[in-house]
Amino acid sequence: MALSQSARNGWLLSAPALILLAVGAAGPLLIVVIYSFLTPGDFSGVEWTFTTEAWFRVFFERDIFDDTVSAADAHLTIFWRSLKLSLLTTLATFVVGFPMAWFIATQPPNRRAAWLFLITIPFWTNLLIRTFAILEIIRNQGLLNSFLLWLGVINDPLQILYTDTAVLIGMAYVYLPLMVLPLFAAIDRFDFKLIEAGYDLYASRWQVLRRIVVPIVRPGIVAGSILVFVPSLGAYVTPRILGGGKNMMLGNFIELQFGQGRNWPLGAALSMLLLVIVLTALLAYVRVTSSEGRQNV
Amino acid sequence: MTDQAAVEARNAARHYGSGQSVVKALDDVSLTIRKGEFFTLLGPSGCGKTTLLRLIAGFETPTSGQILLSGQDITDIPPNKRKVNTVFQSYALFPHLSVAANIAFGLEMLGRPKAETAARVEEMLALVRLDQMADRKPAMLSGGQQQRVALARALAPGPEVLLLDEPLSALDLKLRKEMQLELKRLQTETGITFVFVTHDQEEALTMSDRIGVMRAGKLQQVGGPREIYNGPVNRFVADFIGETNFLTGTLEAGRVRLPSGEMLDVPEATGQGEVTLAIRPEQIRIDPEGALEARLTQTVYFGTDTHCHLQLKDGTEIVARLQSPPSGDVGLSIGETLRLSPVPGSVQVLEGD
Repeated sequence: MALSQSARNGWLLSAPALILLAVGAAGPLLIVVIYSFLTPGDFSGVEWTFTTEAWFRVFFERDIFDDTVSAADAHLTIFWRSLKLSLLTTLATFVVGFPMAWFIATQPPNRRAAWLFLITIPFWTNLLIRTFAILEIIRNQGLLNSFLLWLGVINDPLQILYTDTAVLIGMAYVYLPLMVLPLFAAIDRFDFKLIEAGYDLYASRWQVLRRIVVPIVRPGIVAGSILVFVPSLGAYVTPRILGGGKNMMLGNFIELQFGQGRNWPLGAALSMLLLVIVLTALLAYVRVTSSEGRQNV
Repeated sequence: MTDQAAVEARNAARHYGSGQSVVKALDDVSLTIRKGEFFTLLGPSGCGKTTLLRLIAGFETPTSGQILLSGQDITDIPPNKRKVNTVFQSYALFPHLSVAANIAFGLEMLGRPKAETAARVEEMLALVRLDQMADRKPAMLSGGQQQRVALARALAPGPEVLLLDEPLSALDLKLRKEMQLELKRLQTETGITFVFVTHDQEEALTMSDRIGVMRAGKLQQVGGPREIYNGPVNRFVADFIGETNFLTGTLEAGRVRLPSGEMLDVPEATGQGEVTLAIRPEQIRIDPEGALEARLTQTVYFGTDTHCHLQLKDGTEIVARLQSPPSGDVGLSIGETLRLSPVPGSVQVLEGD
């Protein structure tokens, strides 16, 4: 009796959190799942008729004239580009962010706060404005090209804008702080005596980095990579502005279905697929890194 | 132990900063450490002993001077190319590696065959008595066990010289005593030259073959424990190693006249003028025929012995350490006037400060 009483109290006390979770997370997700099995409305929205057409159209195309079925190449291309650009963005932010985080962590404590402050400043500016600033730099008559032309390194402006490279540059810039901050937190806890111990035990610089530093700051690397990879995969403001209309990423394609495409069920199915990809990637990553951790024991 | 040099410092100096604000952490030190000896660098914090150790390890390069290992100039050789290993004060064990992997690290970096490395790790684990702990992570070990892993890790590659940077300072007293014996045993068994840094004079006396006493970046005295304890070259060494009473007086043909007018026989002293005398507390006896008169101000019971705080006629405070009798009571009362005499031959005449 007393036990069930306390159990009931437990449920009651956690009710606000549970309601928030249901309304804020589980509910919308459920709506998206349901929408992906409905028929698109004529102008927008959905009609309550069950169909798997949306899911079918994610992967296949049906010819309008003879009803022959073929793989949806265009969708696969978009998936592949999103995945590739997200991985490259993660890699780029790591390559740039690791030395930055290292530099900040090895500064005297009173100066660290200032450097971290500088890292977080871009967060205070609207994403659109930051993206347009990048556009201003890389466009054909922009800062970068003018400078290179002035130097005489190139004769014609480099076409960077509206390419995958532009999207990569933009996303790496936007998500860099998300990589630097967890890396900094991990490196900050790192005991630098261990580097001396490594050198003392005949390790080269590279061996110290690979065998001592990286394994110990791995949690920071994992956290930073996840924080960059996940939003990159769903990004749509940056690809839209810097990638132009034709270099669509998954985020833009989903947005298109809810906007001009007027195909909410397809958009919903694509969203679910994105979620599945992200979860699979995260699981694989965690699995791989934790088993590597065990091997090192 | 041979007379061959394991480590030599030739006019080694390490300065920080420049111009007016230069700090001479190590100021022109020349020192030879012999092969196979247990050598201790002893001094208060900031005396430069750790700096000298880091110069030998290669973590820092001397501002001027040279460091030699087995006669070879290694001043410009990086630490990962020196056949020298270090036991760090904080141990600096690799937290992500097991005990066995920590010990194997140096051998792996040297590219030794796997089988050889595995056998060596076994041997090291047995040497430091941690056979059962091979698969544990450092965080799962006690302080004393971590200390032994750090030792095994540094000894595994078979260095010519093992450097120990205050390795016992983090341990409690009982464990520290145990590890002192353990270290001495390891050094004798392996025959490797140990260079040990400490600020604990007792540690230095019990373990070392020779001791180098340092102060303010300079070497004060180098010698065996007995030599340093019984024949300190200056007031600093006498004061730093053990407890000492200092008396000042005027030297007059083998006797010293104290400010009170009392005369103390110092047969071994030569010369004349103002001198400082050092007398160890345990070398003072209560003696009705003694040359010094003193008033007992306080007694402190320490178990095996009792410290008697005494005031000489000229006001100088001294301490005499008497062995406690079985009853525990030395039978003296506060305020009593006593006569004292130092044990013959125990009075040191010191130069300088």
